[in-house]
Amino acid sequence: MSQPQRPIIALLGNPNSGKSSLFNHLTGLNQKVGNFPGVTVEKKLGYTNIPEQGTTEVIDLPGIYSIYPRSLDERIVAEVLLDHNSPNAPQKLVVVVDATNIKRGLLLLTQVLDLGMPTVLALNMMDLAAKAGVSYDFLKLAQKLGVAVVPINARKGEGIEALKKEIANAKARTIGSVFPIWKEAEAPIQELRKQLHLDNDYEAYQFLEQPQSLTFLSKDHQQLVDTIRKKNNFFPGKFQGAETIQRYGFIQDLLNEATLKQADYAWKNFSHRLDKVLTHKVWGYLIFFSVLFLVFQSVFAWASYPMDFIDGLFADFSSWLSATLPDGALTRLFAEGIIPGLGGIIMFVPQIAILFAFIAVLEETGYMARVVFLMDKIMRKFGLNGKSVVPLMSGMACAIPAIMATRTIDNWKERTITIMVTPLMSCSARIPIFTILIALIVPDTKVIGFFNLQGLALMALYLLGFVAALVSAWVMKKLIDVKERSYLMMELPTYRLPKGSNVGLTIVEKTKSFVVEAGKVILAISVVLWVLASYGPGDKVEKAEEYVMQETANMRLTEQGFQDRVAAYKLENSYAGVIGKAIEPAIKPLGYDWKIGIALITSFAAREVFVGTMATIYSIGSAGEDDENTIKSRMQAEINPDTGEARFTPAVGLSLLVFYTFAMQCMSTIAVVYRETKGWKWPMIQLTYMSVLAYVSAFIVYQLLR
Amino acid sequence: MAEKVKSVATMKPGEIAIIAGFTDSEISAKLMEMGCLPGAAVRFNFTAPFGDPICISVLGYELSLRIDEAATISIMN
Repeated sequence: MSQPQRPIIALLGNPNSGKSSLFNHLTGLNQKVGNFPGVTVEKKLGYTNIPEQGTTEVIDLPGIYSIYPRSLDERIVAEVLLDHNSPNAPQKLVVVVDATNIKRGLLLLTQVLDLGMPTVLALNMMDLAAKAGVSYDFLKLAQKLGVAVVPINARKGEGIEALKKEIANAKARTIGSVFPIWKEAEAPIQELRKQLHLDNDYEAYQFLEQPQSLTFLSKDHQQLVDTIRKKNNFFPGKFQGAETIQRYGFIQDLLNEATLKQADYAWKNFSHRLDKVLTHKVWGYLIFFSVLFLVFQSVFAWASYPMDFIDGLFADFSSWLSATLPDGALTRLFAEGIIPGLGGIIMFVPQIAILFAFIAVLEETGYMARVVFLMDKIMRKFGLNGKSVVPLMSGMACAIPAIMATRTIDNWKERTITIMVTPLMSCSARIPIFTILIALIVPDTKVIGFFNLQGLALMALYLLGFVAALVSAWVMKKLIDVKERSYLMMELPTYRLPKGSNVGLTIVEKTKSFVVEAGKVILAISVVLWVLASYGPGDKVEKAEEYVMQETANMRLTEQGFQDRVAAYKLENSYAGVIGKAIEPAIKPLGYDWKIGIALITSFAAREVFVGTMATIYSIGSAGEDDENTIKSRMQAEINPDTGEARFTPAVGLSLLVFYTFAMQCMSTIAVVYRETKGWKWPMIQLTYMSVLAYVSAFIVYQLLR
Repeated sequence: MAEKVKSVATMKPGEIAIIAGFTDSEISAKLMEMGCLPGAAVRFNFTAPFGDPICISVLGYELSLRIDEAATISIMN
């Protein structure tokens, strides 16, 4: 399907115009995420059946207000429209316009019409328009616009068949352009058309107007456009405002003729009353924090059951594999490397699904826009955006979906900063580490009567992560020197009930892309780590049992105790162990020895591995692995040979806690940041700054307290 | 002397005014695309708890924008 034969259809429209509902109706589960050729931004595509045309590819373009782009998303759309001669470009357009908000939607339509592509206008939300009492003369609209007009209700799937029929017969507007191009622009346009063989004047005009959207052209052609622009004294953007006014004038005349009955805004009253509460200075925040609380509760409480189940399933599967298949390197690679690695990915699916269900519902209802509205001023002080709130809060469950949720932020700098600081929010993978270390160093007592001291310590760590995120954001705001103006200018859509199938499809799409994209990297890394932990220099790992036998010949060990010692011996002499010893000088100032060093290395890929590694290192075999007290008592009993006292003093424990709060020990996050920022630059900066922050903070804590 | 130009940012909740023009050409193109057209009616609905951003009605829908964005939209007296 790399070279589609039939005309590709693109859906175009304002944000909140119901474009996604229509896309879901047209394609159902037959969707996937691909890339635009040449540009590295995702496109959603699916297939639908069009009369006389058969199976047809449909592209869902990001929501835009105008073909003059401001955000990255908008620029992609502009490029797709201008590069319409490329073999992968859409040949037919469906412009989705919210019938209750028709003027703003028609602005985009008139721009598209002037590009001369076959177009159909889908007038959506006809049910709400009926509620608002507004009605239009569709024949008149179609006649004046010069393209087919189809009333639809995308949420209910009404009018879809009629729309498909019109798509099959879609034609370009042939009754002259809506916008008469200025006289001064005539000469450069004609020159451009001749040189680049462009089909129409407005297309050439856009080439002149949008120097930043021509990355699909060859260097020579870009230079040619530049030369023509300069030669004719054409200044991009100079007439843009006038063009908009002219188009709105056309739209007003059109609606004066085609509106049968004016809208009555009484149907919005409920929405307005709701806003009085939801954006109230007290209730607004109270409700917002209650919603957040509910989200956390669900992510932690509901997701833990399927997560444990998946975890168990993969553990059973690997032990079954190692028991069934003949013992050998390949079997162990599968049983100890690949299968647990896959399990580590799949395990996060329930959390991601639940989180995205909430985010989708909040977005569908229109509440998300209010959260942005409430938080914008506060977040801006820290170089973030109102839209950063959602990723930051999601980050307390898992940074991976949180970073994917930053796509709603238009401003590049604010989005990048949000991505960079989100992993500082304490995610659920830190909980097991926090729990065991707190149990080691914080007494289980009550303060002020009823507050559990350990619980308070846990809360303090979450707060520490949040404060670190804000402070880092503020520092980055000062450091990243980009003069891109930040806008808010966002529609506050009328509140609506969420639609189940839209929410469901969002969950499927996000989860799928997480598993596939992040999965590849996690899998590779888990294999590497497995090799490091399973093999070592010399024959010490291979012949571990013999060596341990010699060492412990005089001890009366049980079979379990012996196996535990073998496992510990293997780890100590593996490459991971060797590296642990090698980095000991570097981590000694933090209060750690080489054993903790091994844990740091193994948990580099996923921090939750820490507890498991501790268990292995301190010779606790599989039998006691989930018995926290056993690990705890072994760790408590560990002696620091230098001092002759306990290894895990409060200073070491706190130093470790601070380290794990700040350190970027999550391969999946690095993978997702790589994917979202389209390169290694930002994940590497993030890894560096978080590691330095973790190291320095742990150093200070240890040196102050020891 | 010209008195201080009134802008959308100086309006009070519930107030309705007519847009006169813009004081910032960079942002005006975007504002116009969003329906803030010279001659169009604008209603100031409410502000966020700290007075910024604000919510206005224009072209029959609700638009939120920052106070410094609203300050670039001048209104007729």
